[in-house]
Amino acid sequence: MSSAIVILLTGVLVAVACALLGAFLILRRMAMMVDAISHAILPGLVAGYFLAQGPDLLAGFAGAVLAAVLTVSLVEALQNTGRVGGESAIGIVFPAMFALGTFVVSKYFANVHLDADAILYGNIEFAAFDLLYINGVSLGPQSLWMMSGLCLMNLLFVGLLYKELKLATFDPGLAAALGFSPALIHYALMTVVSITTVGAFTAVGAILVVALFVVPAATAYLLTDRLPVMILLAVALGALSAVCGYAVAIVLDASVAGSIASTTGVLFGLAFLFAPQHGLVARARRLQRQRLEFAVQTLLVHLLNHEQSAEQQAESAYSHLSGELRWHPPFARRVTDAAKRATLLQQHGDMLNLTEAGRAEAEAARATDLQR
Amino acid sequence: MVIELFTDYTLRNVALGSALLGIVSGVLGCFAVLRRQGLLGDALAHAALPGICVAFLLTGSKAPLVLLIGAALAGWLATTLLLTAVRETRLSADSVLAIVLSTFFGFGIVLLTFISKSENANQAGLDKFLFGQAATLIAEDVQTMGLLGAAALAVVAGLYKEFKLLAFDAEFAASLGFPARGLSVLLTSLIVIAVVIGLQTVGVVLMAAMLIGPAVAARQWTNRLGVMLILAAVFGAASGVSGALISVSDAHIPTGPVIILSLTAIVLGSLFFAPARGLVWSTIRRRQQRANMKVE
Amino acid sequence: MSNVSIDHPVVIHDLTVAYRDKPVLWDIELSIPPGKLVAIIGPNGAGKSTLIKAVLGLVPTVAGTVSLFGGSYRERRQMIGYVPQRSSVDWDFPTHALDVVMMGTYGQLGWFKRPGKAQRELALRCLEQVGMADFANRQISQLSGGQQQRVFLARALAQDAQLYFMDEPFVGVDAVTERAIVNLLRDLRARGKTVVCVHHDLDSAPEYFDWLVLLNVRLIAAGPFETTFTSENLRKTYGGTMGAAIKHIEHFEEDRLAISVQADTKRPNGH
Ligand SMILES: Nc1ncnc2c1ncn2[C@@H]1O[C@H](COP(=O)(O)OP(=O)(O)OP(=O)(O)O)[C@@H](O)[C@H]1O
Ligand SMILES: [Mg+2]
Repeated sequence: MSSAIVILLTGVLVAVACALLGAFLILRRMAMMVDAISHAILPGLVAGYFLAQGPDLLAGFAGAVLAAVLTVSLVEALQNTGRVGGESAIGIVFPAMFALGTFVVSKYFANVHLDADAILYGNIEFAAFDLLYINGVSLGPQSLWMMSGLCLMNLLFVGLLYKELKLATFDPGLAAALGFSPALIHYALMTVVSITTVGAFTAVGAILVVALFVVPAATAYLLTDRLPVMILLAVALGALSAVCGYAVAIVLDASVAGSIASTTGVLFGLAFLFAPQHGLVARARRLQRQRLEFAVQTLLVHLLNHEQSAEQQAESAYSHLSGELRWHPPFARRVTDAAKRATLLQQHGDMLNLTEAGRAEAEAARATDLQR
Repeated sequence: MVIELFTDYTLRNVALGSALLGIVSGVLGCFAVLRRQGLLGDALAHAALPGICVAFLLTGSKAPLVLLIGAALAGWLATTLLLTAVRETRLSADSVLAIVLSTFFGFGIVLLTFISKSENANQAGLDKFLFGQAATLIAEDVQTMGLLGAAALAVVAGLYKEFKLLAFDAEFAASLGFPARGLSVLLTSLIVIAVVIGLQTVGVVLMAAMLIGPAVAARQWTNRLGVMLILAAVFGAASGVSGALISVSDAHIPTGPVIILSLTAIVLGSLFFAPARGLVWSTIRRRQQRANMKVE
Repeated sequence: MSNVSIDHPVVIHDLTVAYRDKPVLWDIELSIPPGKLVAIIGPNGAGKSTLIKAVLGLVPTVAGTVSLFGGSYRERRQMIGYVPQRSSVDWDFPTHALDVVMMGTYGQLGWFKRPGKAQRELALRCLEQVGMADFANRQISQLSGGQQQRVFLARALAQDAQLYFMDEPFVGVDAVTERAIVNLLRDLRARGKTVVCVHHDLDSAPEYFDWLVLLNVRLIAAGPFETTFTSENLRKTYGGTMGAAIKHIEHFEEDRLAISVQADTKRPNGH
């Protein structure tokens, strides 16, 4: 296999493994907790390597997962003291763990294979060179095996526990009542996230793994309201980011992991602007339309309120609209025109009069607000 | 050791720089923490990286002021995006924080690796912002940091009353005619200054702690905002100086992480042993109450 | 604007407010005479808090005008005091009761100037008026709900206003504090001030207040209690119970799914 294909495949597999869990992390508001975990596993890795007396994969894994679970527990313990706000607790724990890790590495392992930059942005570029040997037989790049394993694990996790995860996310009370411990599910999810993080860490580093967990799922959340679709979309977006990111990295001769993270950001930006329902543009248009509709209704109700009153002359004069309703004249004109087009009112000279349809509409508008 | 503080050129710069960072981030962190925006500094720190790289790419200069402006602009862009996304989408604040933080940083890494592979030999040094390199601080850096920090602190001193009101009750502040939005933007800009000072010293990752730690520790000792600000500055400075002193004794010990570890020790000490709020005392009190109840 | 509004503390004309695209107040027409204790009453989500915020310029309006003593809020700011809902702030903030009360003077102080001795004394006097002088140096989280409410009232007193807006000052206070607040309101009235309160308790309303505003998205009725506090009007206000409000909430917040609510209960430190 050429090294380009190995890198690309590794990238796609990492992105897919992370994106599979992303939806639940977003919905459970655990995005920053993942950020904390991804930093805090460093001392765990170090401890694992130290105990195994070398960069042993399994020992590193075990140490890192323990560190991750420790981080989550520490953050929650700090929060439970009532002395520290939720996000402050995160901001205290993970830098401390990370600092401990870098301190130990630079003091005692200055020569160990744990390059500082690689911690932050990984070295997926070397994915093809670390081969997996079993009994001296080469089985191909280690990263591919590892990432496939992660994908499989997360697929199984989400597949088997979908119902429980969903319930624990949307209604922890009900989940508990039905006998699924939300705490258990919480820690199970955290453990799977930690394992994935550790696995992905070597490829994309501590910060970019956060991008893979959070950003595709968040993008998907802007595109759909349905959880299964959200998960699938997140996976697709993650894979797409990996492919595009790799291409960009080749062109610029820059970090692959960084490009992948940037691509997830670009896709998010596109969805943020143009998502059909929740995008900024769609929202702005809807708002504008609704503002006009709403203004028409306001005008109709206003006219209705003053129909029989003595001040009708003043209140219903077109020329008074901008003063009475505090509308800019062009806006007042647009509103009146829209109402006239819909034959809701007529203008006689300066006077605005409701048509039958307009009166009915105004009364209906009034009624919907005061259902009785 | 303490005498060296005044004679050794490097040590003096490192200690001064770290102390400055501790003071500025301690004071500004108090407001961030009280407004429940502690991790905003984390996002700003990460967002600064692409800003610094772009500034360097455009100007070819590594002058602190140039990089600062780049970092500030990127921080401002990140904050704007953050607030817009929180307001306009259904994503929760912490998701948006993680998105901004990781994608900005990812872009920064792209630029950084791009710069380092392009011909320009001048690049060496930009990546020190990742982990910070207090040991490479020179007198000129410390002067710039001092000026920036002093400016930030002067603004806080001048607008202390307004910032306090904003942090406690922004709506009431607005009803009194203070522009809550504008004050909020100003406060965030000051945090950007703290972040820029911090990047050179402790780096991107550890910056969050420099803002949050001193504030959380200080809060345990007092119920007065003014005292809290001063204590936070003291704690920040103390961890900065002790980090510098410890790390200078051994070439293998990096300054940034030691600063954070000292700070963490202060935070834990405060959480457990601060009078009145300390966890140890409240546990003892609860024990005693229970014992008394049994006696009665 | 007509000139009657000069002696009317509050004149609202055709006020419409919408959050995003959701109409919360429709075409409100209201003028409040001076020297009265006014109750704003309506079901949850009726827009009571929003009405106050709109008058104080804290939320943007879609249409309509508000005049306070014949001028805009900007011009009359110094004459107006505000007591927000108690739950709107973090009571663990590192400050003490006296300091909170002094915040009431910040508006008059303006930019940069620090509160001095005069402000301190004023604040102490205000604390005394609400019977909280002994708690001046107490950290605010160590105050009971009723005491916190009194501190907020004292802060408004320190604003030394002609017109007060209070959002649910009686919520979560015991009988003693309730009496104290009522006496305070009467005292303000005796000094010619106008007080507008959001109030929830229909039983005590006629005793405490002399003017009534019934609100449910629209203005149902407004006037002296004797003529306004009728079962007909109350039925109109609470009539189809909270149908309208609930429907609005559902309609416009469905895109937020149930998630935000759920996640809130989930967050360990959620407020
Ligand atoms: N910031 C906001 N953004 C969007 N909608 C809001 C906002 N604040 C209030 N609303 C909505 O506006 C409506 C009126 O709210 P408001 O707080 O004025 O009601 P209220 O009468 O004070 O109710 P309560 O008795 O519960 O205090 C409610 O439906 C509420 O959901
Ligand atoms: Mg309310």
